[in-house]
Amino acid sequence: MNNIFVYIEMEGGKVADVSLELLTKGRELADTLGVKLEAVCVGEHLAGLEKELAEYGADTVWVADDAIFNPFRTLPHTAVLCGLIEQEKPQIALFGATCTGRDFAPRVSSALHSGLTADCTQLVIGDHKDAKSGKEYTDLLYQIRPAFGGNIIATIVNPDHRPQMATVREGVMRKEKAATPGAGEVKAIDWRKFVKDTDLAVRIVERQIEERKIDIKGAPIIVAGGYGMGSKENFRLVHELADVLGAEVGASRAAVDAGFTEHARQVGQTGVTVRPKLYIACGISGQIQHTAGMDQSSMVISINNDPEAPICKIADYAITGDVNEIIPKMIRYYKQNSK
Amino acid sequence: MKQPLKIVVLAKQVPDTRNVGKDAMTPEGTVNRAALPAIFNPEDLNALEMALALKDRTEGSTVHVLTMGPQRAADIIRDAMFRGADGGYLLSGREFAGSDTLATSYALSCALKKIRPDVIVAGRQAIDGDTAQVGPQVAEKLGLPQVTYAEEILAVEPEKLVIKRRLEHGTEVVECPIPLVVTANASAASCRPRNAKRVMTYKCAMAASEIAAAPESAAALRAAAKPALQIVEWAAVDVDPDPQQLGLTGSPTKVKRIENVVFAAKEAKKLTAADEDINELMVELIASHTLG
Repeated sequence: MNNIFVYIEMEGGKVADVSLELLTKGRELADTLGVKLEAVCVGEHLAGLEKELAEYGADTVWVADDAIFNPFRTLPHTAVLCGLIEQEKPQIALFGATCTGRDFAPRVSSALHSGLTADCTQLVIGDHKDAKSGKEYTDLLYQIRPAFGGNIIATIVNPDHRPQMATVREGVMRKEKAATPGAGEVKAIDWRKFVKDTDLAVRIVERQIEERKIDIKGAPIIVAGGYGMGSKENFRLVHELADVLGAEVGASRAAVDAGFTEHARQVGQTGVTVRPKLYIACGISGQIQHTAGMDQSSMVISINNDPEAPICKIADYAITGDVNEIIPKMIRYYKQNSK
Repeated sequence: MKQPLKIVVLAKQVPDTRNVGKDAMTPEGTVNRAALPAIFNPEDLNALEMALALKDRTEGSTVHVLTMGPQRAADIIRDAMFRGADGGYLLSGREFAGSDTLATSYALSCALKKIRPDVIVAGRQAIDGDTAQVGPQVAEKLGLPQVTYAEEILAVEPEKLVIKRRLEHGTEVVECPIPLVVTANASAASCRPRNAKRVMTYKCAMAASEIAAAPESAAALRAAAKPALQIVEWAAVDVDPDPQQLGLTGSPTKVKRIENVVFAAKEAKKLTAADEDINELMVELIASHTLG
């Protein structure tokens, strides 16, 4: 009762990183509240999992282990989580904001009529006073997330309904083994009570692992490289910075024509038009053919050795200097200052 | 055998979140939609295309758009009609104001219980909230199976659809019985353009409240005379809801606080390659939540 649930997602036979990150955060929240941290595993071949989960702080490891749960399907997973939540009544339930978590957590929240906040970037325990009724609440989960295309940061609370549910994207929370491991006590979920035959109506015909198609249009952050990167080897710096920032890689036509990268990444008149919240232009002079595809970005940072380059006119921050020197510094100082 | 399908697209008119001004939020922390340019939510256009393509391959099928919003949300229903939809439903009223995803899903599910479609297609998520919750929650409220992240409907078989989903590390093909809820991914086919002939026909399509607002206008007279030009408009009472589950009252999540993120610097800030400059920039970007 009143504990914290973390849904454990499996990825290629291993616990997904996002689940370990949630356990790390869940441990911290559980310590603040003085409650237990419970991991919930629904899948197949889960024996022995509890050891790793305990290292990340899980006191209890709930397990539903059967072939019907692998690969993931919405309805049986929803049935198990809903059943277990009604049985155990946790106050908080956390899910990874993955294709899996974002598929079935909303369904669980709807069935339980409990609120769900997607893609939280911070989770904090705090008090709350309802502005209208004046009613006071202690120890609620503040679910903090960007909204409105990243233009606002909203703090959401869920005063009257339990569990308080949230999803968090991979890489947002820190992943760290607990100072004192949890007990990792395994408890079997009596899932046959919860799953109905009709929950198995959807059939998976085929699964294919494949490289994701490049699609930079929806990326919130784009690091783009131009001819000024100098060579295909140097262009890898653009990829490195993008990886660190969780961004997509874009390019100018000159860089694509020079063979630095593929056409799908080209931004501008003969490429795609993008409007990210942050566009970092590395070694791009900023001809109109390029800027037409990115000048509606919320913020532009340019890195160019020519302070008079047209890109500097639309940039919010214009860094003058050598891209090969500046990009590694950006990576270093980003890592130093984040988390 | 290909049976005709009744298809409904869930669409949302959204503020264009890339052009947000200071007055975008009300003091209560909800969105002040009147202050922002309103557009057809991008992934709902993918959903519309998926629905129209499904209609094209199943003779006799129909596509209608269901949207919840203020009167001006009728714009996206007209837009959908220009692109091939047969008509639409506008769910509108004060009772719905302040809805979170759950209250929204509940209201939509009440309307869908009246429409009774075979296939419901929604965009994966809307750009103003990015939650991706309404599709799955509508499915749950209606007790229907769901197929999220759909990229393409591969086949229509008796009583079921075969659908390709796009996931983080690849694709999955599933067979799902009809009726069902599908959410279309951004990687699905883009929506067909507006058709000039349809624009001429449906530019006069109007919801009842629009006709009532200007009853003597030429467009209103045309719309009033032709049922095909009438967008169905429902208030809360028309869809028999439990009032406790609507709007702010029906929303378990409450907005406690809103913090504005200021993006644009007034003019280009000049920086050098010096370590202090780069360090300061990174600190600033992290502090403003632009990064991290």
